Amino acid sequence: MSDKEIINLHPRIFYPLWKQSPRSIIISLFIFLYIVFSINYFNFSIEDLLKGFSKMKPILYSMINWNDFLSWNFNSILIGIIQTLAMAFLGTLAASIVSIPLGLMASRQVIRISFPRFIIRRFLDFIRGVDILIWALIFVRAFGLGPLSGVLAIFVADTGTLSKLYSEAADNSDNKQIEGLTSSGANKLSTLRFGLIPQVMPIFISQSLYFFESNSRSAVILGIVGAGGIGLQLSERMKAQYWDQAFFIIIIILIMVAVIDRLSRFLREKLINA
Amino acid sequence: MSEIFIENHNQKLKDLIFKRRLWNIFIIISLIIAVLLSSSIIDISSSRLLNGLPRLGDYISQILPSLESSSLFLDSNKEGSIAYWYFNLPKYLKLLFETFNMALLATIIGSSIALLLSFLSAKNTAPNSFIYFMTRRTLEFFRGVPEIIFAILFVWALGIGPIAGIIAMTLHTTGSLGKLFSEVHENSDIKPREALKAAGGNWPSEMKFGLLPQVLPNLISYTLLRFEINIRASTILGFVGAGGIGQELYLVINFNYYEEVSAIILLIILTVISIDLLSEYLRKNIIEVDNVR
Repeated sequence: MSDKEIINLHPRIFYPLWKQSPRSIIISLFIFLYIVFSINYFNFSIEDLLKGFSKMKPILYSMINWNDFLSWNFNSILIGIIQTLAMAFLGTLAASIVSIPLGLMASRQVIRISFPRFIIRRFLDFIRGVDILIWALIFVRAFGLGPLSGVLAIFVADTGTLSKLYSEAADNSDNKQIEGLTSSGANKLSTLRFGLIPQVMPIFISQSLYFFESNSRSAVILGIVGAGGIGLQLSERMKAQYWDQAFFIIIIILIMVAVIDRLSRFLREKLINA
Repeated sequence: MSEIFIENHNQKLKDLIFKRRLWNIFIIISLIIAVLLSSSIIDISSSRLLNGLPRLGDYISQILPSLESSSLFLDSNKEGSIAYWYFNLPKYLKLLFETFNMALLATIIGSSIALLLSFLSAKNTAPNSFIYFMTRRTLEFFRGVPEIIFAILFVWALGIGPIAGIIAMTLHTTGSLGKLFSEVHENSDIKPREALKAAGGNWPSEMKFGLLPQVLPNLISYTLLRFEINIRASTILGFVGAGGIGQELYLVINFNYYEEVSAIILLIILTVISIDLLSEYLRKNIIEVDNVR
C-alpha cells in the first residue's frame, strides 16, 4: 500500500489539526484570550512581581536561619498543636453525632416524601456554601476569641458536608435487608436499626475519620481569625515577622498532618476489613 | 447430635455478642475520656456555651435585614426594601467578579503547571527516581501548607491585592492537582504507549497520543472540582488582604455594618452554589460524552 492509499482509506486521521478538533482549537483560543484579559484586569506586571520576589529573598533566608533556636517558646507551640487537635476532634465528633439524624432524614431510604428531604438538602447546601473561616469569624463575634469559636465553626461547617455524605451513603445502601425486615413485620424504627444502620455505620465512621484528618488541617487556619489553635501562634509570628519560627511551625504542622493521615488511613483500613 | 450442634452454635453466638458489647463499651468510654480531655484543654465550659448562645442569636438577628413587605420593592432610599439592603450591590458584584477571576486564573495556571509536573511525579512516566522523589516532596509541601498561609506571605512581599491571592491559590492548586494527575497517569493503560514506542514514537508523542487521550477526561474533571474549591478559597483569602470579596466581608464584620454582612454572605452562597451546579453539569455532560466517544 502506498501512502496515498492509506490516506484514502482513513481520511479523517490525516485531516489537518484544526479540522480534526475544531472544538479544542476554540477552547484553547478562549483560554488564551482569557489570560490576556486577566493580565490586563489584574494589572500584572513582571516588574512588580520581580520586585516582590526580590523582597522575599531575605524572608526565605531568615526562614532557614535558625540561630536562636533554643530560645524559642516551644511550650506555646506544643499547646497550640494540642489545642488544634482537640478542636478538630470535638468539632468532628459533634458534627458526626448531629449528622446521623440529619443525614438519615435527607436520604430517600428513610423519608419517602420528597418535600422534607428537599428542605433539609437545601439547608445543608446553604451551610456548605459558607466557608469554615467565615463561620469562625461569625462565632468569634458571638463567643469571643478562643478555641471554642473554632470548635463551633468546625461543627457547623462539617455538619453541612457530613450530613450530605451520610445521606448519600444511606441512599446507596442495599434495599434487600430493609425489605426483608419489613416483610417479617418489623416497624419503621427497627428496619432502620437492623436494616440500614449496620450497612452504613462503617461508611459513616470512615468518613468521620477522614473529616477529622481534614479538620486537623483546617483547624490550623482558624487561628488566623482568632479562633485558637496553632494557627494563632503561626499568624502572630508571621505578623511579627519571626519567619524562622513561622517556618518551624509550618514544618511541625506538616508533620502533624502526615502523622494523622497515616493514623486515620490505618484505622479506616482496619474498619473496612473488620 | 443436632441439639449439641445448636447448643454449640448458640454458645458461640453469645460469645460473639459479648465480645462485641465489650468492644463497644470500650470505644464509648474512650470517646468520653477523649471528649473530657479535649474540652479541658481548650477550656470549654457549658456556662460559656450557654452565655454565648443568646449572643449568637442576637448577632444573627442583627445581621439579618429588616425587610418590610410593604416597601419590599421600593428604591434604595426607603428602609425595609431589598434595594436598601443591597444599596452597595455594584461594588459587591465588582468584587465577586474579581473573586471569580482569581479562582479561574489560579485554576488555569495551577492545572497547567500541575500537568507538566505530573509527568515527573508519576511512577510510570518519571524519567528517573531522583526527579520522581523531588517532585513528589515539592508537591506535598505545596499542598500541605494552607493557601491562606501562602497568602499572608505573598501579601507581605507583593502588597495587598488579588495577585498575592492568585499566586497562593496557584501554588496550592499545583500541589494538589499534581498529585491527583500523577495518580491518574499511574492508573493508565500502558499498551497504547508501548505500541507507539514500538512504532518508533518519541517521548512527547508517546505522552500526547498514548497517555493523554486516556487520562484527559479525568484530568478535566479534577480540574473542575478544583475550580469549585478555589472559588470557596478565594472568598476568604481577602481576610488577610489577598483580594476578592473576603476583604469587604472582613471589613463589614469587624466594623459591624450588620445588614451588609448578610448581604455579602448571601451573595457568596449563591455564587458558590451556582458554580458548583455549573461544574457538575459540565462534568456530567461534556466529559461523559467524550468518554463514550
